[in-house]
Amino acid sequence: MTAVARHHVSVSGRPDGPPIVFVHGFGCDQHMWRNITPAFESEYRVVMMDLMGAGGSDLSSFDPQRYSSLDGYAADITEVVRELDLRDAVLVGHSVSAMLVALTQLAEPDRVAGLVMVAPSPRYIDEAGYTGGFGEEDIDELLESLASNYLGWSAAMAPAIMGNAERPALGEELTESFCRMDPAIARSFASVTFRSDSRDLLPRIEAPTLVLQCTDDVLAPVSVGEYVTEQIPRGSMVLLEATGHCPHLSDPVPTTEAIVAFVHDLDLVPA
Amino acid sequence: MTREPVPSSETAPADDDAEDLYHRAPCGYLTTAPDGRIRRANDTLARWLGWSVEELCSRSFLDLLTPGGRIFHETHFAPLLRMHGEAREIAVDLRRRDGGRLSVLVNATMDRHADGTQGAVRIAVFDATERRRYERELLGAKERAEASEERARTLARTLQQTLIPPSLPRIPGLDVAAAYRPAGDGSVVGGDFYDLFDLGQGEWIAVLGDVCGKGAEAAVVTALVRYTVRALAIGSRQPSRLIQHLNEALIHNGSDRFCTLVVARLRSEGRGWRVALSVGGHPAPLLLPADGRAHRLAAGGPLVGVIDDATYVDHDLYLGPGDTLLLYTDGVTEASGAAGFFGDDRLLDVVDASTGHSAGAVVNTVLDEVLAFQGGLARDDIALLALSVP
Repeated sequence: MTAVARHHVSVSGRPDGPPIVFVHGFGCDQHMWRNITPAFESEYRVVMMDLMGAGGSDLSSFDPQRYSSLDGYAADITEVVRELDLRDAVLVGHSVSAMLVALTQLAEPDRVAGLVMVAPSPRYIDEAGYTGGFGEEDIDELLESLASNYLGWSAAMAPAIMGNAERPALGEELTESFCRMDPAIARSFASVTFRSDSRDLLPRIEAPTLVLQCTDDVLAPVSVGEYVTEQIPRGSMVLLEATGHCPHLSDPVPTTEAIVAFVHDLDLVPA
Repeated sequence: MTREPVPSSETAPADDDAEDLYHRAPCGYLTTAPDGRIRRANDTLARWLGWSVEELCSRSFLDLLTPGGRIFHETHFAPLLRMHGEAREIAVDLRRRDGGRLSVLVNATMDRHADGTQGAVRIAVFDATERRRYERELLGAKERAEASEERARTLARTLQQTLIPPSLPRIPGLDVAAAYRPAGDGSVVGGDFYDLFDLGQGEWIAVLGDVCGKGAEAAVVTALVRYTVRALAIGSRQPSRLIQHLNEALIHNGSDRFCTLVVARLRSEGRGWRVALSVGGHPAPLLLPADGRAHRLAAGGPLVGVIDDATYVDHDLYLGPGDTLLLYTDGVTEASGAAGFFGDDRLLDVVDASTGHSAGAVVNTVLDEVLAFQGGLARDDIALLALSVP
């Protein structure tokens, strides 16, 4: 199975435009970009995908070994970029996917022109000299929370989730599937995500990188966004007056404006 | 947790008063701004958590959650609410003023203004202490069940491996190949087995059979059969005599399980092999001659382990260069798919097309066809053993 099929990749916008790839974070699927992507469709080739275990991804392809670290999830993005033969792509990653698109940039530097990190954090757990905001025991608690909230998830849900083929309007069936994941995969992904440490890859990112930081985000505090921006050689930060971890849902207008300004500065669209 | 008694009706306001309905509702109820800051909360919630309503109103809903719960809120609850305007039956723990926790289920809705902007969030909170305790027990039981299932699968695999040789011996002048596929996901030990061993002085014994039933009990009998055959082969050179002794051994074993099998003794002769074989209640082997159609050998005999004085006969044949002898279990012919049973005729057609190929190619072709016929999943065990003269 191709990575494009495995990750339920959808492509819209201008076919010959420069590509912009949107990758959702832990917990949801590609539908969470619905307020952002329309602004890009007239000029850009807009690519969205579902990470393994989420949305319309192919659950049967889940391999515990491959997905035992962020590398497996990042390899999926890299494979999609290669299969679509994208050049000069802008990769937009939310939350954990900010680190995933960074890994893809390192794997395919020639295909990636820029990165947008929405609410990134390279390390969630506190350490001497670094404040991520959480302790090990908090992650255990999250896993417990996932277990009790996925209690009602059953195999019968799987077809409904798989069935969301052609980007349906956000109807009833999507209400049922959005933010739902195979519980075993969700647990594994949560554990990998919130226990990972991607700090060492930040200084190696060559592409211009925009960090979109919310003023009040419990998952990715401002100090973490500043740290990420400082560590990336060509990093810059835009601080959004927003509360929460999903500015693309809570404050889509300023979020879109910031991304538009960044990609325009990259001069990818021929005059 | 302990709860303060609800004020008696004499001191309480009239029970149809809206304020009263709000504050004394049998659920916690709060309203927040889109960013989560609490604007209003009812007395019930305040009482459950040990705060005053005023104190609650200086906080954010996130402040009431545990750190792990906040991650869940930010990655699931909040996106769901913003995307769909509602979230239902979300399980969270709320932090009480005394440091304790209250397990609750919450339902929430988010208002949307005419211009599309997000408005107030209303959250109903239901005490779910007992339910969550029960759910935790259920989850624990589910995890234990999964672990025990995994142990059973490992046990089945380990047991199964003792019933077939880890690898086939190399026999000069004879090309041999075998395959075994357990039924379904392999979580149950099957009854199929095969063996191939050296009798010394250029003679070999090939055995393939099927013990009735599945699971550990059948595996015990399969092990008995396999090692009894090995022991008997020393003294009983004729396959028919060997099966006869095996029949007695099985009957005296006291188990009501029987088996079917083919025993073949092979002796190198000229450019090929002289074969004596005997069949006990098993599908007769197929012969794929170098020149001519594949066909079933005319060989048969009673089940093994059922009748006291059952007798068996030997059949002699010569395998010359290019000939192949194929032993198989009924997992092949009785495989059922959308097109009915796989059947004898289809098997003959498949092997006929493989005539002249190596033993490995014949085994792989049959196995692939039978699995494909069943949509990739074997419904019964399959064992195959092919002997080819190069």
